[in-house]
Amino acid sequence: MARKKRSMPGINATSTADIAFMLLIFFLTTTSMNTDRGLARRLPPPPDPNVKQQDNIIVKERNVLQVRINKDNQLMVGSEYMDISQLRAKAKEFIANPNDDVNLPEKHTVNIPLLGGDCMVTKNHVISVTNDVGTSYQAYIDVQNELVAAYNELRNEKAQASFGKPYAECSEDEQKAVRDFHPQKISEAEPKKYGK
Amino acid sequence: MGKFNKGGKKGMPELNTSSLPDLIFTMLFFFMIVTTMREVTMKVQFRAPQATELEKLEKKSLVTFIYMGKPTQELQAKMGQETRIQLNDRFADVSEVQDYIYQERENMKEEDQPFMQVSLKVDKDTKMGIVTDVKQALRQAYALNINYSAAQRN
Repeated sequence: MARKKRSMPGINATSTADIAFMLLIFFLTTTSMNTDRGLARRLPPPPDPNVKQQDNIIVKERNVLQVRINKDNQLMVGSEYMDISQLRAKAKEFIANPNDDVNLPEKHTVNIPLLGGDCMVTKNHVISVTNDVGTSYQAYIDVQNELVAAYNELRNEKAQASFGKPYAECSEDEQKAVRDFHPQKISEAEPKKYGK
Repeated sequence: MGKFNKGGKKGMPELNTSSLPDLIFTMLFFFMIVTTMREVTMKVQFRAPQATELEKLEKKSLVTFIYMGKPTQELQAKMGQETRIQLNDRFADVSEVQDYIYQERENMKEEDQPFMQVSLKVDKDTKMGIVTDVKQALRQAYALNINYSAAQRN
């Protein structure tokens, strides 16, 4: 018997591409690209109920910048009304105290080797943000954002002056030195109930 | 003279598409790796507030999400228009936030627990009252690293 060599019929694979495409589109629609960004913050630890609240921790008035936001999203910085666009400049002036103003934070000597030994740092300054229950979240974020921006600008300026490059391009140690020079101190005050 | 194949079939040779599925599969795997599954269905409206000084959320496995905002259109008939908190797939009260954080922390690897981060996805029109309440609850639960989710302003 003569045997013909049987040939395998090839599987038609033209539609695999379509199937793969459908899978691809399914995954594209159900997943989200990782674009989560935001303002990072650290909350203070909870108050210890066993320890009596000490109200007599005296923070010198010149070391504190009070930022208040009311229910109509108006801003009060120190004792004056202010627009959000002015806040950054005000905060920068407060943090750095470039002219050694007696009404702005006092400076202490801190030894930062990378910045050439002793530096005068406004290390006790605090920016205190207080908001009302009715403040809108966007206004609150705006304020937080401006304050972070003030710190970032100052750090950039310092890095530029000391190391000749922006803060983001500095090495880990250099960044730490600049952070020591301009420590970030934004305090979220204990919430208060107004008008109750 | 020269023998050229003049009598042969003319017309376009067919394009070999046998490697096309492999190409698409490569793309598919790429997308499967860089993207993450959306874990929860949103029950509240979340429009991110805008800001400029943003940092990226580093490790997804360390992050717990808390959503706050008005219920979505379909749910407003049932839930009203008040700002609500969403934890995982359900609505919750401020008092449940603390337990939720403890639970999430339990589910994390032990060496990761100190680096836990909470991302607050709060709608931009929310009043600060409820946000402050949640923040206090987070403090009580010792979840101190928080991140206010926001979008880049142009």
